[in-house]
Amino acid sequence: MSQDNGHNTTSLRLKTGLAEMLKGGVIMDVTDAKQAEIAERAGAVAVMALERVPAQIRAEGGVARMASPKKIREIMSTVDIPVMAKCRIGHFAEAQILQELGVDYIDESEVLTPADEAHHVDKHAFTVPFVCGARNLGEALRRIAEGAAMIRTKGEAGTGDVVHAVKHIRQIVQEMKILTVLGEEELYAKAKEHQAPYELVRMVARDGKLPVPNFSAGGIATPADASLVMQLGAEAVFVGSGIFMKNSTEFADPLEAEKRAKAIVKAATHFNDPKVLLEVSEDLIGAMKGLAVSALDEAHMLQTRGW
Amino acid sequence: MKIGVLALQGDFDAHRKRLQELGAEVVLVKKPEQLDDLDGLVIPGGESGTFLKLLGEEGFAKLRDFVRSKPTFGTCAGAILLASEVENPKQAGLGALDITVRRNAYGRQIDSSIREGRFLNHPIEMVFIRAPKIERVGREVEVIATEGKDPVFVRKGKTLAATFHPELSHDRRIHQYFLDLIENTQPSY
Repeated sequence: MSQDNGHNTTSLRLKTGLAEMLKGGVIMDVTDAKQAEIAERAGAVAVMALERVPAQIRAEGGVARMASPKKIREIMSTVDIPVMAKCRIGHFAEAQILQELGVDYIDESEVLTPADEAHHVDKHAFTVPFVCGARNLGEALRRIAEGAAMIRTKGEAGTGDVVHAVKHIRQIVQEMKILTVLGEEELYAKAKEHQAPYELVRMVARDGKLPVPNFSAGGIATPADASLVMQLGAEAVFVGSGIFMKNSTEFADPLEAEKRAKAIVKAATHFNDPKVLLEVSEDLIGAMKGLAVSALDEAHMLQTRGW
Repeated sequence: MKIGVLALQGDFDAHRKRLQELGAEVVLVKKPEQLDDLDGLVIPGGESGTFLKLLGEEGFAKLRDFVRSKPTFGTCAGAILLASEVENPKQAGLGALDITVRRNAYGRQIDSSIREGRFLNHPIEMVFIRAPKIERVGREVEVIATEGKDPVFVRKGKTLAATFHPELSHDRRIHQYFLDLIENTQPSY
């Protein structure tokens, strides 16, 4: 093994290592220190520092970029849990800035406006770990080949509608299951079909799962939503607009948000225990109003970004 | 031998796999009553603050009684939970080991590292992820592994705490050591 390879392996183990620590947990989108505090108090395992949550980005439009370093730093100094931040797809300069700032994870995210229509960030070049979204196995494996240390199946962010988070986790899990029953010689054609490196396809065929942790994101708004995607195979959940937004322009009452955050945290731990799920769901007054994904046309979908 | 792994959140699955490889029967513990018939417990890595919130008062009390009387092994966040004193920030500890632990003592994720330390005088790989440091070791607590000059794995009786993640290394010696202690056999190294 060359020096470089050895270094890459060590680096990847540390990167996926932090993702291992987040399993079974909830990562919450926050837009200021106050929300970050609420998230930590509610039991979030990490926060995603943002300028605007996806629901706002969707409502307001315009170019969505990396959050201002000042805002991210303020959140980093407020909480003791890991802090993540998003960079635009392919925007390695934003990623360099975020690494310099010392964030614990970078999300190369389709929620922001893409900066490159062909290339994603070469994530091997960074010490800080990356998470990337995926709608199918090929997309997940391409991101892993580029160095992603965590995959989150894409839902439709900022809608409060879980339908595409479900669609894509089902898709990925099913595509992985198929690989496990194929013969060695069939994997070459599958690699071509998935447009993914053969070596990674072979690893999935052998292990029946991705070589990095697989979380779920996009449209998760209730404890039941968190349970649903975790029962389908997600190892943790990202909750974006669902906690702190009442609808796509107004913030929820902070006490209400905290209650919802706590309920979703409990639901992630006890995702397969309906008794606990009932308990935590009972005290909640309605979830964010949301936006049905079926009413969106393709041009307004965020999930189709990324290649 | 029936070993519980606290499975509120964190890398409990890595511990489960390792313990099963070594022949233990593993129970993933999510509720206080599951502690009742265990021979030992592992508290995994994860977010220690999140563990405390998910335990609640009842869970914390029950877990405290368990770790003070039965074999328990905590890694990283688990070590933080077992301590008598926690700094940065201050938070409740179960008090199974008379140690002071400082959270996130090395810095942030970019300061995480894999290093070689010494376990009972043998070299061993240690994976540190946003790791805590043991800043004070009580008189009755024995240091069984070090990294540089730092104590990173300590023991009192059958209670163990490591600031690194043996569950993320291929080496099985640390988990074997815990199982040997439970069975009262002389550890083989």
